[in-house]
Amino acid sequence: MARAVTTQRKIINTAAAWAVGLAIFFPILWTILTSFKTEAQAIADPPLFLGFDWTLENYSVVMERSDYAKYLWNSIIIAGGSTLLGIIIAVPAAWSMAFVPSKRTKDILMWMLSTKMLPAVGVLYPIYLLFIKLGILDSKIGLVIVLMLINLPIIVWMLYTYFKEIPGEILEAARMDGATLKEEVIYILTPMAIPGIASTILLNVILAWNEAFWTLNLTAAKAAPLTAFIASYSSPEGLFYAKLSAASTMAIAPILILGWFSQKQLVSGLTFGAVK
Amino acid sequence: MKRTYGALLGACATIAFASVAAAETITIATVNNGDMIRMQGLTDDFTAKTGHEVEWVTLEENVLRQRVTTDISTKGGAFDIMTIGMYETPIWGANGWLVALDDLSPEYDAADILPAMAGGLSHEGTLYAAPFYGESSMIMYRTDLMEKAGLEMPEAPTWTFIREAAAAMTDRANDVNGICLRGKAGWGEGGAFITAMSNSFGARWFDMDWNAQFDTQPWKDTLEFFVGMMSESGPAGYATNGFNENLSLFQQGKCGMWIDATVAASFVTNPNDSTVADSVGFALAPDNGLGKRSNWLWAWALAIPAGSQKEAAAKQFIEWATSKDYIELVAANEGWANVPPGARTSLYENPNYMEVPFAKMTLDSILSADPNNSTVEESPYVGVQFAAIPEFAGIATEVSQEFSAVYAGQQTVDEALAKAQAITNDAMEAAGYK
Amino acid sequence: MATQHSRSAARLMMAPAVMLLLGWMLVPLIMTLYFSFKKYLPMRGGDLGWVGFENYARFVTSSAFWPSVYTTLVIVGGVLLITVVLGVFLAVLLNQPMWGQGVVRILVIAPFFVMPTVSALVWKNMFMDPNYGLLAHLWEFFGAQPVEWLSKASMTSIITIVSWQWLPFATLILLTAIQSLDSEQLEAAEMDGASAPKRFAYITLPHLGRAITVVILIQTIFLLSIFAEIFVTTGGAFGTKTLSYLIFQRVLESQNVGLGSAGGVYAIILANIVAIFLMRIVGKNLDA
Repeated sequence: MARAVTTQRKIINTAAAWAVGLAIFFPILWTILTSFKTEAQAIADPPLFLGFDWTLENYSVVMERSDYAKYLWNSIIIAGGSTLLGIIIAVPAAWSMAFVPSKRTKDILMWMLSTKMLPAVGVLYPIYLLFIKLGILDSKIGLVIVLMLINLPIIVWMLYTYFKEIPGEILEAARMDGATLKEEVIYILTPMAIPGIASTILLNVILAWNEAFWTLNLTAAKAAPLTAFIASYSSPEGLFYAKLSAASTMAIAPILILGWFSQKQLVSGLTFGAVK
Repeated sequence: MKRTYGALLGACATIAFASVAAAETITIATVNNGDMIRMQGLTDDFTAKTGHEVEWVTLEENVLRQRVTTDISTKGGAFDIMTIGMYETPIWGANGWLVALDDLSPEYDAADILPAMAGGLSHEGTLYAAPFYGESSMIMYRTDLMEKAGLEMPEAPTWTFIREAAAAMTDRANDVNGICLRGKAGWGEGGAFITAMSNSFGARWFDMDWNAQFDTQPWKDTLEFFVGMMSESGPAGYATNGFNENLSLFQQGKCGMWIDATVAASFVTNPNDSTVADSVGFALAPDNGLGKRSNWLWAWALAIPAGSQKEAAAKQFIEWATSKDYIELVAANEGWANVPPGARTSLYENPNYMEVPFAKMTLDSILSADPNNSTVEESPYVGVQFAAIPEFAGIATEVSQEFSAVYAGQQTVDEALAKAQAITNDAMEAAGYK
Repeated sequence: MATQHSRSAARLMMAPAVMLLLGWMLVPLIMTLYFSFKKYLPMRGGDLGWVGFENYARFVTSSAFWPSVYTTLVIVGGVLLITVVLGVFLAVLLNQPMWGQGVVRILVIAPFFVMPTVSALVWKNMFMDPNYGLLAHLWEFFGAQPVEWLSKASMTSIITIVSWQWLPFATLILLTAIQSLDSEQLEAAEMDGASAPKRFAYITLPHLGRAITVVILIQTIFLLSIFAEIFVTTGGAFGTKTLSYLIFQRVLESQNVGLGSAGGVYAIILANIVAIFLMRIVGKNLDA
């Protein structure tokens, strides 16, 4: 980037980008602001932006009514567990697709993605019955497995594209030096692929965290994650915008914070093979 | 010496047994209504009395229905108690999916449950769910606006009067709509309202051979009256207004009248939430001189799925939550206006409660709704604002979506009724009625 | 490079993922097929016997079927169009030199971290509500009649909500792609006197081709089955009933598992038609 950029242009860029960025972020900001208002202030006309009495009352009501820690913990276990399990199963598959490709590799990849197109609600009854038979209804392990299966195609595909970018010569050189397959994967491939694996993990934690159909329909009291927590605030009797905002903020805050800290990873890592 | 030992051993055994029994944790699925959330908050009282712990699954109404229906029809056993309504109870009871509540303790006094409620929550005379609260619907109106319009609300008004009064009270410049009614799609939302209203116009869902009746004049009259009145005097966007939207409109002083669930009376008269708390009057839901009023009958009730491993503890909970003592407990904590209404006869014999302004009108409304005889012409189904057959929820949701599209100005009354007729007959055929 | 040995090792390594997904696909698929030929009404005693293709015929002749296919395609198409166009714009914008680039990026990608249920609830209640929503206040501020978004502009509303959720994803992938663009090439073009629009059309856009393909592919997969956004906002009313929502109505609201399962099979067929269509494009574009 040897080209000098005029300050004027930079100012215009900055203004435009910030305006767009704030507009996109605004619904979240508004939710957070509303969570600190009273119910009456939340629907005030004209709407109140900053000039209101900040209160933590909504948060204390929500904390009192729901066991937030339990939901949060379940979300963490389910999102984290399904992602890790998915990575463990996907790494060998992606490796073999990337380094020992056959004519069918691409078909297999596409087929894997196509399994995601099954409409979930159409198979609710079959899956529910299956869960009862296996005794994993309302269990974290059941959800870990389902979410892992849902996201596995994405994980495999992402890893495959990262692995493909690794030059085969390096592996061949290692093989010449007598490295076994296992050593090759663990000591050479994995370290080189760590940035890719990291962004794969991130994306899939986000997807699993936000999954709202299975997590709601296959749980009751024990394994319910934050998606179920939200379902108890969505439209109760009376005014509820402020409490809904507080609950929403609590449900999205952990993943939002994680996302912000790892934004660099996401920006450079999310290629899906789109960059050569 | 030996005897003492024996007695001690016996005592130990009893304690051990009691503590095993006390170790139960029951899971309860419930709806996120104010009364239920209050019950959640009072659970400690139940735990202190019985030793049982309670885990709550509190969900929004639509999610709750979807969740408990899946679980009960697959015998999933995820819940020990489910909160269900007057629609589900007789159907599930008939399927043998619920534990009969015919052996409740004498102190519970099951005979005290209002006959209308007990009737709606029974199948062939056996109670399958205990009402936590019961409701009908009635008119809630602003006494100040009524006076300003120079009108007086009769105890039992007609639709014609309501429409005129609504027009007279409407003051759009000041954001006052003469009448707020449910238009939101969904069988339990706008669907319930329009069905109850249609009863007073002489309409019915099915004739005695289960043929859909949307091609009849009374339905056309009902919809045209509703749409006409709402466009004259209703709020903007009423096609998406349900119970909750109308509640907040009324509380914010934007409605002259609101015809909806009797339980709303305690919300609109509560000065903490309502800006119009001290100027609300009540009247029976309107009629058309055909002998049927347009009020419904509903109860949120607690039921135990058959096969529950914790039936005994679950029964104890139901006895606690729907008891006279529970009502006293809420009255002591929150005042008489906030006790769960509409479930027990004794509540309406209690002088403390009868001082509550809406108590009498609530009872009168409940008593004037008869699920077994809700339509002018004879109908084959039980239920006022619904037909207690398994297919109804699905059909009525689709039908009410067509109606909502009329309210939003996207199709005509005739188009909607023709579609409703086709949807209903098709679904009935799929279910094997024809 | 690939020896016989490494080939069989590769198969072995692929086995767990393939077997699991095969199971995840086949078990529900077979059960769906099984139910679709049955009269299965949980509320009426469950399995009431075989009915051949009756469920298939009934599902497809229902007045709601073709509108639901149309709705599905409009939502998917609309969201794809908006997210790709705006995504390219944002990617180009965010790639410019500016102050606070990191923070702006965070702001732009934030919606992606919000659960679909939450974003639908927030949009529905706090923005699109005709009485209390911010958009209503905005319209009133400019002296206009507030729009009844979820009833009178229902499809626009849903497409807006879903686009808001997926725009960050599109932007992220496109941004990554644009960052890999050789800046010397652009500079050379600028030296040669190519205008900015020309540079964009002849250099940037072709470079983004692959990334756009990926965005379309991945989003389509997710968008075909959107559910929460419709469940929360319109409940399928006002012409927003997608195919998967129609199946939900048949299975859960009408409690007709047989009929819903037949609908599931149609949804799979639709998904596969879309998939074949996609693979035509993707196959060309993704040849490594």
